[in-house]
Amino acid sequence: MPFSLLKYGLKNDYPFENDVDLPTPTDLKKHYDVVIIGGGGHGVATAYYLAKYHGITNIAILEKGYLGGGNTARNTAVIRSNYLTSEGVKFYTESVDLFKQLSNEFDFNIMYSSRGQLTLAHTDAAVRSFRQRTEVNTHFGGKTELIDPQQIKELVPTLNMNPADMPVLAGLWHIDGATARHDAVAWGYAKGATQRGVELHQLTEVVDVITENNKVTGVKTNRGTVKCGCVVQAVAGHSSIVAAMAGIKMPITTYPLQAMVTQPVKPFLDPLVSSSALHCYVQQTGRGEIVFGGGSDPYPLYNTRSTLDLKESLLASAIEMFPFMANLKLMRQWAGITDMTSDYSPIMGLSPVDNYYLDAGWGTWGFKSTPICGKTMAELVASGGKVPDLIAPFSMDRFDVFRQVNEMGATAASH
Amino acid sequence: MKIMNCPLNGPRNISEFVYGGEVKPMPDMVNCSDKEWAEYVFYYDNTIRIVQEWWFHSPSGYWFIAERHTASDEILKTYDPSEIFKERIDFEVKAKPAQEVVS
Repeated sequence: MPFSLLKYGLKNDYPFENDVDLPTPTDLKKHYDVVIIGGGGHGVATAYYLAKYHGITNIAILEKGYLGGGNTARNTAVIRSNYLTSEGVKFYTESVDLFKQLSNEFDFNIMYSSRGQLTLAHTDAAVRSFRQRTEVNTHFGGKTELIDPQQIKELVPTLNMNPADMPVLAGLWHIDGATARHDAVAWGYAKGATQRGVELHQLTEVVDVITENNKVTGVKTNRGTVKCGCVVQAVAGHSSIVAAMAGIKMPITTYPLQAMVTQPVKPFLDPLVSSSALHCYVQQTGRGEIVFGGGSDPYPLYNTRSTLDLKESLLASAIEMFPFMANLKLMRQWAGITDMTSDYSPIMGLSPVDNYYLDAGWGTWGFKSTPICGKTMAELVASGGKVPDLIAPFSMDRFDVFRQVNEMGATAASH
Repeated sequence: MKIMNCPLNGPRNISEFVYGGEVKPMPDMVNCSDKEWAEYVFYYDNTIRIVQEWWFHSPSGYWFIAERHTASDEILKTYDPSEIFKERIDFEVKAKPAQEVVS
């Protein structure tokens, strides 16, 4: 037994008293420079970068539930940047770059694991689209290649090359594709932010947003009213509901997205594999469990219930891809609530209310953008509303001028 | 299996139906502003309560209206659109036709 352990075993005080991850909760102050609604990955990342790069620390993160307990905990933790449009690829490539350094930056292991992501093409049209995505991705500094069936076989020997009688013609091999522990990302950001003076208030629900002359002056919560200099809304799954409190109508429809996980098995699958035609993506976690997910539910709903129909079709696709999985048992299944935009790109930046900033419409692609989203939103807030170039294409008014950023073809499973 | 009551075909499996969006008044497409038209096409209430929605029974090609709660997923009522849309609306062209530019 190490001597120090024995020593602390006999002492009354805990050796790391001053090194707790999150400070004890306090009362709400009367005024904050910045109020962030939503204590998920995006919200805490925004607070972190505001404190770290812009010296703004009088920030309150107001979270209805607990830290990272919403979609931050419900996504399937895929990190990739092989999108279709130049706007999207530029944005997500920078996100992947930031992800790579996060463990070092936090001094906290987010279990970033760069395993590559493989998307399968079963039609000539998909091959053409993959060729385009390869070129766009490579142009903006990502690592993506188009590979043939022989290379796919070598990469994933257990894959059925003719799933559902749709032969695999080619694969989009995204070498930068990765996965990380999603909770740890939120915890790392929260720890870094609170150490710099940001206040994280859990179990604090915003019930109303107070506006005067088209400016936000404060928010009402279940723990009292606070005044604020500006508000950042980062509430995946309830964007329309919260924005409505500020009188803003959004181009969003909210759908459930279901996923599930099997019992753990020996390591057999290194890359993350998805099929564009079967609407299914499969990956094996570090613990050996197989996570799979697919498209959103067929109609909108604010509910995380699961349906047999969707689970059944998802399982059928997964078994087509990896037939041996038919013998596995399911361990858990769950759903998240996703705010879908009609062009499959997010809504970031200014809103019709002057000092109310939006970080919404994150549909099924929110986790992978957490670092860059925090960084750009922090820039936006610190500059008092000057929109960074990287997120300018994602402004909400793109819908008013019919300038959508169409990423529909680039979702891991078309929805 | 979730069942929806189709006003034309009776109770059917929900997988036979396609969601068609919120029921909202269509602006006068000839004379409205771009903003008004964009709001009609892209913006939604997307709220949590009982809402009126368009639904489509795919096998029979029939559009109808359903009243459904967006959190409990309870379908309270389905009916033919003629219960709401009782008369035909013709939008008048007020703007002058574009004049030919003679250079």
